[in-house]
Amino acid sequence: MEKLDHGRETPWTKLAEDAGIEFTAVSDPFFTYLSVSPAALHALMGILKQRLGMNYLADITAVDHGSEFEVVYHLYAIPDNGRRLAIKTRIAREAAVLESAFPLYPTADWQEREIYDLMGISFSNHPNLARVLLPDDFKGHPLRKDYRKEGG
Amino acid sequence: MERLILDIAHLLVSWLTGRGMAPVWADLLLLLLQWGTVLAIVTLNVLILIWLERKVSGFIQERLGPNRLGPFGVFQTIADTLKLLTKEDIIPTQTDRWIFKTAPMFFIIVAVMLYAVIPMGQDMAIVDLSAGLLFFISVGALSTICILMAGWGSNNKWSLLGAMRSVAQMISYEIPLAFSLLGVVMITGTLNLGEIVKAQDKVWFFVLQPLAFLTYFIAATAELNRGPFDMPEAEQELTAGAYTEYTGMRWALFFLAEYTNLVAVSALMATVFFGGWQGPLLPSWIWIIIKTYLIMLVFMWLKWTFPRIRMDHLMSFSWKVLIPISLINIVITGIGIKFIQGMGW
Amino acid sequence: MLQTDEYTINIGPQHPSTHGGLHAEALMDGEIVKDVAVHLGYVHRSVEKIAESRTYTQFIPYAARLDYLASNLPCLGYVQAVEKLLGVEVPERAEYIRVILGELSRIAAHMLFVGSLAIDLGATTGLVYCLRDRERIMNLFEMTSGQRLIAAYMRIGGVSADLPEGFITAVEGVISDLPKMVKEYDGLITGNEILQARCRGIGILKPELAVAYGVTGPNLRASGVPYDLRKADPYGIYSRFDFDLPLGSRGDCLDRLTVRLEEIEQSGRISAQAVKDIPEGEIMGKVPKVIKPAQGREVYHRIESAKGELGFYLLSDGSEKPARLHVRAPSFINLMVLPHISRGGKLQDIIANIATLDPVLGEADR
Repeated sequence: MEKLDHGRETPWTKLAEDAGIEFTAVSDPFFTYLSVSPAALHALMGILKQRLGMNYLADITAVDHGSEFEVVYHLYAIPDNGRRLAIKTRIAREAAVLESAFPLYPTADWQEREIYDLMGISFSNHPNLARVLLPDDFKGHPLRKDYRKEGG
Repeated sequence: MERLILDIAHLLVSWLTGRGMAPVWADLLLLLLQWGTVLAIVTLNVLILIWLERKVSGFIQERLGPNRLGPFGVFQTIADTLKLLTKEDIIPTQTDRWIFKTAPMFFIIVAVMLYAVIPMGQDMAIVDLSAGLLFFISVGALSTICILMAGWGSNNKWSLLGAMRSVAQMISYEIPLAFSLLGVVMITGTLNLGEIVKAQDKVWFFVLQPLAFLTYFIAATAELNRGPFDMPEAEQELTAGAYTEYTGMRWALFFLAEYTNLVAVSALMATVFFGGWQGPLLPSWIWIIIKTYLIMLVFMWLKWTFPRIRMDHLMSFSWKVLIPISLINIVITGIGIKFIQGMGW
Repeated sequence: MLQTDEYTINIGPQHPSTHGGLHAEALMDGEIVKDVAVHLGYVHRSVEKIAESRTYTQFIPYAARLDYLASNLPCLGYVQAVEKLLGVEVPERAEYIRVILGELSRIAAHMLFVGSLAIDLGATTGLVYCLRDRERIMNLFEMTSGQRLIAAYMRIGGVSADLPEGFITAVEGVISDLPKMVKEYDGLITGNEILQARCRGIGILKPELAVAYGVTGPNLRASGVPYDLRKADPYGIYSRFDFDLPLGSRGDCLDRLTVRLEEIEQSGRISAQAVKDIPEGEIMGKVPKVIKPAQGREVYHRIESAKGELGFYLLSDGSEKPARLHVRAPSFINLMVLPHISRGGKLQDIIANIATLDPVLGEADR
């Protein structure tokens, strides 16, 4: 974990401030979490990818927080340069639309489809936003907390 | 021993004619009996072969193979046949019914026809055709049509793809197959298989025609649709290729026909390249069985060792490698014959 | 001129070579592949939803059923994620046991890869040889947990039981035979002309494409990118071991095969070192009876599984059940490049591509 750079003086802080992106950063021993608004998400990822070589979007996932969804992006670099960041953004449950990361990170393709499938968050500019794990005629989004469950 | 089977036949004919039957009818009866024998031998052979193939593959793969039914599991195939016979005969609704139903029958008929000309011992060909070799090659090529019928009639993309592959493959490999046999024909000057065997009493053509033997061997593997050239079936790619939609006994007929073909082609190889029924001590009909089975073991060995070749590689291998080699072989053979004649040997 | 039509052909979900329920819909022009669309979900068991109604410990067997061909690795990834969440220390001996079993799992998975590639290309015997050797590793798993395939042997804070008597010698026996086994595969499978003709230059995965699509594991290394989490982001005690990263140069099917063959030997090296250094001692750390991580804590933990980067995202809401568990499945992500590497090839190349991408559908569909 000594590779981590949690300080305010880290390069991404400055770059993001220069680009006028507002964010809040929280760190734990393993990660630094940047919370940004959905509108600034794409710009921030662009900076991280182009300027800091964080070319590897390892994982995208979404969490149901009731009235809001939180989407978490975990970014690394290949080959590893010690940088790692998690970007978080929150969107309202009623208007669950987010801009797709596909133009920057093609690996977002199926991962966003999965989130759309299971959590019901739409991604604009996605090339093929269709269900990926569940059948096309499936009703509902099972990973939402209010999804009806039978049995256990 | 040597003339055992022939003697039985003669005895039968003379007994029948002695009891007042016209010789024509007696001969016809004998012919029917011969075909019956061939069918019995073929079926029995296939039963043994399937068991053998399993045992051989088991040996190659360090396992036991069938070992439950009977000693060394010899009755396993019989049990399997019974199972296949009792299975439901499913004909998918969208098939071209007549073609679908008749394809396996034609396939087995064609396969059995091949046995007409093979000398199974001294003077023991059912029909001693003067153009026996030509008959064998032409009838052997007919099996392509049966696979195409199966593939087309099934109305299934996998089947059709398998059938198309099969046609392309068979047409391509027919040519080197026929060309490779030409060398032997040039030396002996006959298409009669009995004569070809007799011409090998001193030296087997396997020694005189090594190139032809190699081409024939490879082309025959392709003709038999056996691994590494099992394109029409290609289980891991085309699910079961042309046979995908077949169930129960219809499917078993294809299976039967393939093994029948295997025996026929191996027997022809033994006849043309390994001196046929000729051999010391043992009767001639035992020799051909021994030789045929040894060749089939090599076919099995190949199948259980090699991966499947890719379709386009398969085609280019035939057109760019095998056909030129077989043509070169014809040229070399021609020069050799002229040379020997010129030297007056 | 004959007019030709394009047609679609469905490879799977019922097909001998799709490694489970994979459905690849290929648009074909004769034997040439125009495009491939991958349809998933035939083995979807909603593992992530199930996790929300199971306690942290109860989920371990579900993790084992993700990548059921190397079941110790997903279990390891999951328990390490929970340990990060709790801040639990794992005893030395348990760490070493985990490394040994993890690497053995990797070897078993790679052996099955080699065998299934062989049988997908039509060489039945190749599979049997690989299964025969894999069986010895399965026997080792049986010694530890009684389970051969889906061993839920890992526990939060350690492992479920200490190594049985004779285990270390048995492992040493398998490891010392590994070079011999690999040599045999080289002779029967890799060295075969037909196999080489079918794999060399087929399904080329360019390093840029691989990184862009997040392909990890042996598939990425076959494209020549030296990225292995055991070196790039060492978890557990992996920084203590000395091993090489086998790399490919062309990124084709043959490279994906040879990289895995070499990885078998490298994993053997790691296990040998672990077996040599394993200390005596406890096998379970100090773990609370009821596992309740603090509310709002979250962690993304990733390990190098047999298929690539296997990540677990865990979010706690303070109860004994996770509020959210997400599995970053390497098989799922790796399959994304299948259309890209299959276009323009032959139908038979799709089979080789699927086999060398080595997806486990239990993990891809979750």
